[in-house]
Amino acid sequence: MSAAAEEGSARTPWALTAPALMLFVGVLLIPLAMTVMLSFHDWGQYKGIEPVFILKNWREIATDPYYAEMFWRTFRIAILTTLLTALLGAPEAYILNRMSGRWKSFFLLVILGPLLISVVARTLGWALLFGGNNGLVNKLLMSLGVIRSPIPFMFTETGVVVALAHVMMPFMVLSVWAALQRLDPQIENAAMSLGAGPVTIIRRIIMPQIMPGVLSGAIIVFSLSASAFATPAIIGGRRLKVAATLAYDEFLNTLNWPLGAAVATLLLVALVLIVVGSNALIERRYAEVFR
Amino acid sequence: MAYLELDRVAKQFGAQTVVDDFSLSVGKGEFISFLGPSGCGKTTTLQMIAGFLDPTRGAIRLEGKDLTAIHPAKRGLGIVFQSYALFPHMTAAENVAFGLEMRNVPRNERAERVRAALAMVGLAGFEDRHPRRMSGGQQQRVALARALVIKPSVLLLDEPLSNLDAKLREEMQIELRQIQRTIGTTTILVTHDQNEAMSLSDRIVVMSQGKIEQIGTPQETYERPASAFVSQFLGKTNDFAGTIDRTVAPTQLVAGSWRAPAPAGLGGPVTVSVRPERIGFGDAGLGAKIITRIFQGNHWLFQCESECGPAIVIRQNDGQTQPAEGDAVRLTWRPEDMSVRARAGA
Repeated sequence: MSAAAEEGSARTPWALTAPALMLFVGVLLIPLAMTVMLSFHDWGQYKGIEPVFILKNWREIATDPYYAEMFWRTFRIAILTTLLTALLGAPEAYILNRMSGRWKSFFLLVILGPLLISVVARTLGWALLFGGNNGLVNKLLMSLGVIRSPIPFMFTETGVVVALAHVMMPFMVLSVWAALQRLDPQIENAAMSLGAGPVTIIRRIIMPQIMPGVLSGAIIVFSLSASAFATPAIIGGRRLKVAATLAYDEFLNTLNWPLGAAVATLLLVALVLIVVGSNALIERRYAEVFR
Repeated sequence: MAYLELDRVAKQFGAQTVVDDFSLSVGKGEFISFLGPSGCGKTTTLQMIAGFLDPTRGAIRLEGKDLTAIHPAKRGLGIVFQSYALFPHMTAAENVAFGLEMRNVPRNERAERVRAALAMVGLAGFEDRHPRRMSGGQQQRVALARALVIKPSVLLLDEPLSNLDAKLREEMQIELRQIQRTIGTTTILVTHDQNEAMSLSDRIVVMSQGKIEQIGTPQETYERPASAFVSQFLGKTNDFAGTIDRTVAPTQLVAGSWRAPAPAGLGGPVTVSVRPERIGFGDAGLGAKIITRIFQGNHWLFQCESECGPAIVIRQNDGQTQPAEGDAVRLTWRPEDMSVRARAGA
């Protein structure tokens, strides 16, 4: 083979991936870099954005406890949502996996169905059920005399967590489901024949094996919840801001784009660090199960 | 008295009968094989003994006690699964120790017994290995050690060797037999491999379509098959259509130009079964032509076209000159080497 042809064949992969690479750079990397740049710019009520390099926005985020509270709330909601989906989703997937053919596919559809409906519609559903005095459930419970005042749901963290958990559940169930598929179908019988009761089987045999699935599901749910916008915006509203709704408000209401960019950048960096870190941890811890 | 007894056990799934009228007594220390093609009900029977399935009818008794009333976790049986079903998140030693842990065996004794069990299956030094880092044969040994360490009353083996390659399978067969002989555990092996069943068992239960075809020692089932199914399933066999000729005295059994005094109690059309290695070439007998001759080292394999259809003949390579392809030969065999059955539907 001639040197020119060799050079040509080395260039071919680049040429073939060029369109995709250009798209990736154009719509993802450049805007991202610009957002990061933007976070160092100055902004004033009357002068607008000034393309200078200052740390004003970052200093504000670092010193003003308002932002600390915001980010703490964001991650608290994400963690609670993740815990809730894991606690409900893992048993759900296990039960689903033990069902027989026809019921299994039916309930899988029930679980995946919500993915076909817009997040906004699903979240508004919660608002319809629990929204103040006019919420269906609140109305019913109040007319039955079970409660005197409406259950506080709208504009509460509990409400955001519950609605988010509902939205994120399919990701957790699917992730655990995938882990369950890798289980030896005889493994429970094997443990039973050695004298293990049902609780021991789940705790000692099933749980350790589906843990990687639970944890990868947790990473997906956590990162999606921490950066979720629609659900916190509808349930939490202005009163209960999280990082994503804060960035949105800075951009579109205050028009302080540099500050919004700084909030968005910080959220992105924090999420990447958490996800990459926990992923490495999981892979090391469960090396034997993953192999 | 029988140690393990299956009394007219049957299993139905809906309208389908998978196992029917299965009766068997197993003596203490005996090695029994359930042999049959897939779907013959052998695994279902094993699962009923293990307790993963409940029999529809019949009783299973261990030392006279009703086994079906006992929860599978309390039966104390050792089981080796086809897929081994090892716990992938535990080391070899932890896998083996699991059953002892469930029995609350103290830690020191547990460690000692685990070490002894792994040493017995030739895996000393593999204690801290995880199953996924072991070969198929090693995983198999861990599974065996895990089943044996709890000193089971009965060891159930569900096609344990079917995932191993041929050479390893042969090694494991010998080892399995030696281990079983040494510790004397009553063992039931489910297999579809007739060689495995014959080389391992004291007795073979040949099954077909949920029913027992024959129970007997390997020699009995091979040499005196109770049915056409058994003779065909256990090794190669030649079936010749023959008749009992009552017009002459004494009555004669005739297959083509081969004839012999007829066995008592049969008449009319019959099937004559002869193993290929029991047929010789002689001056008189069933006329045949050799189609192909295959040399296989220690023996010759002949495929012939006889008066009564195709026939296979196996001759030891004893240095004698053998007939060539295309030769016309006469096939003979001793009357005691054949089994004669009434031919159905003829």
